[in-house]
Amino acid sequence: MGKGSGALAYRIALIGNPNCGKTTLFNLLTGSSQSVGNWPGVTVEKKVGRVKGRGGELELVDLPGVYSLSPYTMEEVVTRDYLIAERPDAVIDILDGTNPERNLYLTLQVMELGLPLALAVNMMDEVAARGDSIDCRALGELLGAPAALISARNGRGVPELLKITEDLAYGRLQNSFHIRYDAATENALNQILFVLMSAGPADAPLPKNYSLPFCASKLLEGDDSVAGAIGLSKEKKREIAAILSDYERKNRPGTRETLMADARYRLIARIAREAVSRRRDPRELTLSDRIDKIATGRWTAIPVFFLVMLGMFACTFGGPGEFLGRLVETAISGLGGLLSSALDFAEAPAWVRSLFLEAALGGVGGVLSFLPQVSLLFLFLSVLEDSGYMARAAFIMDRLFRKIGLTGRSFIPMLMGFGCTTPAVMAAKGMAGERERRLTILLTPFMSCSARLPIYGLFAGIFFANYQGLVIFSMYLAGMLVAILCGLLLKGVVCPSESSAFVMELPPYRLPAPANLALHVWEKCRGFLIKAGTVIFSMSVAVWFLQNFGPPFRPVEAHTESFFGIFGRWIAPIFAPLGFGNWQSSAALLVGLIAKESVVSTLHIVFGAEGIAAHFTPISAFSFMLFCLLYMPCVSAFVTIKKELGSWAGACRNALFQTAVAWFVSFAFYQVATMISHLAGGGPPAREAASVAFLFAGCGLVALALYFSYKFLRNFVRGGDSGGCAGCPMRESCEKRRPP
Amino acid sequence: MEKKTLRDLRPGERAVVAALAGEPLSKRRLADMGITPGVSVFMRKAAPFGDPIEISLRGYELTLRKSEAENVLLGEWGKGVGPWLTESR
Repeated sequence: MGKGSGALAYRIALIGNPNCGKTTLFNLLTGSSQSVGNWPGVTVEKKVGRVKGRGGELELVDLPGVYSLSPYTMEEVVTRDYLIAERPDAVIDILDGTNPERNLYLTLQVMELGLPLALAVNMMDEVAARGDSIDCRALGELLGAPAALISARNGRGVPELLKITEDLAYGRLQNSFHIRYDAATENALNQILFVLMSAGPADAPLPKNYSLPFCASKLLEGDDSVAGAIGLSKEKKREIAAILSDYERKNRPGTRETLMADARYRLIARIAREAVSRRRDPRELTLSDRIDKIATGRWTAIPVFFLVMLGMFACTFGGPGEFLGRLVETAISGLGGLLSSALDFAEAPAWVRSLFLEAALGGVGGVLSFLPQVSLLFLFLSVLEDSGYMARAAFIMDRLFRKIGLTGRSFIPMLMGFGCTTPAVMAAKGMAGERERRLTILLTPFMSCSARLPIYGLFAGIFFANYQGLVIFSMYLAGMLVAILCGLLLKGVVCPSESSAFVMELPPYRLPAPANLALHVWEKCRGFLIKAGTVIFSMSVAVWFLQNFGPPFRPVEAHTESFFGIFGRWIAPIFAPLGFGNWQSSAALLVGLIAKESVVSTLHIVFGAEGIAAHFTPISAFSFMLFCLLYMPCVSAFVTIKKELGSWAGACRNALFQTAVAWFVSFAFYQVATMISHLAGGGPPAREAASVAFLFAGCGLVALALYFSYKFLRNFVRGGDSGGCAGCPMRESCEKRRPP
Repeated sequence: MEKKTLRDLRPGERAVVAALAGEPLSKRRLADMGITPGVSVFMRKAAPFGDPIEISLRGYELTLRKSEAENVLLGEWGKGVGPWLTESR
């Protein structure tokens, strides 16, 4: 069988609703052979993997989870375009067996595309535990597509699924779809089909990738993007409009947007009656319902939410995380000893010793000791996501987030922001409203990412030894406060309209599959390790070079004469009012743009072991920490933000905004705290205590600083918001609409 | 009788959707998620801060904001909404 242009293996696409176990099945089938990228032009994650079938290797493409093939979210557009343009050799549609009705809605739309289709009814272990059953044969016959009952969590039924998928791809098995809606719908669909097939003189031929039934049903839904894509002539558009209004006038109440959906759901109800049998009274409480009574209950939801967050943070940044971090540190210092004696043995010159021990091992090792905490954090985040609590958290927090112009779904990117800004910003892509998405991307970097933790650890250890935990916690708090205040201030500025849609499924609680979690955490850790091995390693060497060499490319004795010293001195005056006007801190901040954790290694290299204590006071140390918390994120996050916003200008505006906020906040804190400590007087211990006591007061000053810059920000953001109201779904009804 | 919407439903109450209002895009979104005229919805609860709300329909849980729930008009069984609810083949 011949394969088209350069494709080596048969391509199979996985499609399904969110939370249907699609990723679990994908992981199970492809294991470690998967590669993660982005769909061209958008930042929706694209996963491709290979699976060994009986007849050779198959390429598996994991499509984003969608409820429908409407062109509504970016995920839906990607899925729809892929299926239409790429026409995979077979499609596996994964259905959540515990909720076949809602899942079949997508199935019917996929069927209209006319691609070879296999149905995988997942979660059969859960279905059996409920005492329900699904007649796989009946379902397959009713729809005209082969079905397999599987349980992706334990792999049951997956070999059969793979077999029918292969048979479909190789053409050994054929679908015989029969979708029959009610008479009125069928009638309207046939009329549209007739219009589409009749060729007039002005008609472009239908693009061959488009299937007629799909076009017909989308046109009946009033989906204009199809009309544009297939180049419908004006005359045909008019004919179809007439069919639509006739359809709307027919017996059932409703409009074109709801009638087709209704027809699908009624067909599904008929199918489900024959193929699905339920033993349980639907009103009986499931385990998930009982958990929800507490987890989203009126009085218990908030305490539970904070307990979960606290537990996660205590585990990651408290005892267990710290213990693992120390283990790695010990291993690294052992390695350092080995390396040092090896260099002694080789009689290496001093500069080589310094390059290896200070730059390479010092820089990379400092970051590696941080790996356990990163992996723990990602483990917790995956557990929350896979168990279904993330959706509940969005449900609980939506009201609060809306107050600052975000949606409950901003919560997920924001929470992930505590791990790493890069994936967090990417997580914002699934959000419906463009305004909320932009605001989430702008504010997420204020969530203190894990790369910033070593900076706090360093300074808190030196200056606030007695209040270490409290000081680090205050950093996280300060970041959140700044985000809230910025949100409040920007809310009325960017596009002062109502928030966009928040219609979301609350999936039943499920036990996360360990293999899934492991794979997910490994993916993140691998990214982190690669970053440590490449970007951070080369940066450490570069920093080492810049601060040991000066013009014209000669080793220098005093660091002040080095390249770094010179450039740092140029920009240092900017930071003088913030309390750290020395060139070393400026240089460290510059390096921090590459990766924030390298601020620590840079400070170590340029100050040496004792230098930090001599160059900072508790107050200026705290001010420095605040600046590190808030200033523009690292390059990798910056590039991601550029991708998400679609323009360098937008990304630069974000970075400038964040850096300006950082400067103002640090400035306000430093000035006020210095004043207060002068008034309070006392020795260093008193001053330490005083600065800790005023940390929280300092957070309040953030508000003040922002208030005074409000007017400036207002113009700044307005001037940059080129989209204006154009992309806003509420523009028709918005009272505050301004001319474009 | 005043028009009742999903927003007015109290926790524990059940009702039938009569029609959707609002913009085409948001109507399609609601319809895609299964909120179509004729479907029976059960109001479960409101979030701790009073908004959004959680409903169950077609065997699953859905959450939506009160501002969106306002666009879901409800009817009562047998009072103008009933006849076409039953499966018509």
